[in-house]
Amino acid sequence: MGNESDRPWLLDRRQFLRLAGLGGVAFSSALTGRASLAASSQTEFYFVQLSDTHWGFNGPAVNPEAANTLPKAVAAVNALAVQPDFIVFTGDLTHTTDDPAERRRRLAQFKEIAGGLKNKNVRFMAGEHDASLDRGEAWSEFFGPTHYTFDHKGVHFIALDNVSDPAARIGEEQLAWLKADLATRDRDAPIVVLTHRPLFDLYPQWDWATRDGAQAIELLMPYRNVTVFYGHIHQEHHQMTGHIAHHAAKSLIFPLPAPGSQPKRDPIRWDPTQPYRGLGYREIEAEVPRATYTLTELPVAAG
Amino acid sequence: MQPNRRRWISGSLAVVVTMASHRLLRAQGTERVIPVVARKFVFLPSEIQLKAGEPVVLEFTAPEVVMGFSVPELKVRTDIIPGQVARLRLRPERAGTFDFLCDIFCGDGHEGMAGKLIVTA
Repeated sequence: MGNESDRPWLLDRRQFLRLAGLGGVAFSSALTGRASLAASSQTEFYFVQLSDTHWGFNGPAVNPEAANTLPKAVAAVNALAVQPDFIVFTGDLTHTTDDPAERRRRLAQFKEIAGGLKNKNVRFMAGEHDASLDRGEAWSEFFGPTHYTFDHKGVHFIALDNVSDPAARIGEEQLAWLKADLATRDRDAPIVVLTHRPLFDLYPQWDWATRDGAQAIELLMPYRNVTVFYGHIHQEHHQMTGHIAHHAAKSLIFPLPAPGSQPKRDPIRWDPTQPYRGLGYREIEAEVPRATYTLTELPVAAG
Repeated sequence: MQPNRRRWISGSLAVVVTMASHRLLRAQGTERVIPVVARKFVFLPSEIQLKAGEPVVLEFTAPEVVMGFSVPELKVRTDIIPGQVARLRLRPERAGTFDFLCDIFCGDGHEGMAGKLIVTA
């Protein structure tokens, strides 16, 4: 990544975010459009999070462009001036179906469309729509293990599966795996956790929780630089549990109302005067030495 | 504690609850029994009227697939397994309206599978 003085907008944004004093984790919304990052160094990089594409969804009232939204998002990422180091999809790649053959057809179609991304370093995660009806069997045929880790330029990424169990549990086995993985980490290590559902009780009345998520948070709590990125709730949302920041991403099919803001969590209807409103994806710029993450929310462009 | 109180576990969250599967208990004595069917993708009834202080037993059946019944605000829940009756004993201690939902993903429509406990004074 180039010198900050070459990118005054970035310096200004960072200064602003530091002033915001957000527990060491910076985030922003709509402060800028496309990131104009120079080539990544070993201490700074950015990645893209896409979520909740629900391929196969059919509901013209909430998204008459359902068949075009994912391809548009792929095109938008491909058009980024500087390609991210990698891309992650945080679950609900497909919309649920009771038919195992149809589930596989949707997963195959999704994979083919996502295969159009120029950047081939793509990480996939399952959502409950993909995996809860068959405990991740079909999803794993296409994308492999539902929980895994990887490392990138000094950041340890942990993808947790809180959806293959239809009861929204991580489960004892995976929690033990998480504990063993964390045991090998320094307490100051930069750690990013990727999940589909929120690990904390965001709004259990709408099933926006993980039943044993508190156990995962307890395991993560001794580590000083942990940030969580997730999906599921179809909207941008930011919350701290202690020093751990949790950032929910927008959907790429339909937005949902703010937690508890209305009696039911019905999808927000499509507004033909503002197509794709509430949908989008995000860039996450990592500054590894300080374990800070600057988020930029980007829309799915109409047209 | 009086013997007839021992069945109840006092909590701080407005209800007193015990849960039992069909293997453990059947509805006892004077408790009002309220049958609830959990089917794709609705609880029948979806509004359950209770009176504060009245002990009741909710008897759940699920004719199709495994469902869950959860009242997050009261921290009570049960699995509902086809072929079995799940019983949830409760005695609401204050009036109010409490949302319940299916908390086991059951298909396209799961997100709308919810209802309300309406407790009157």
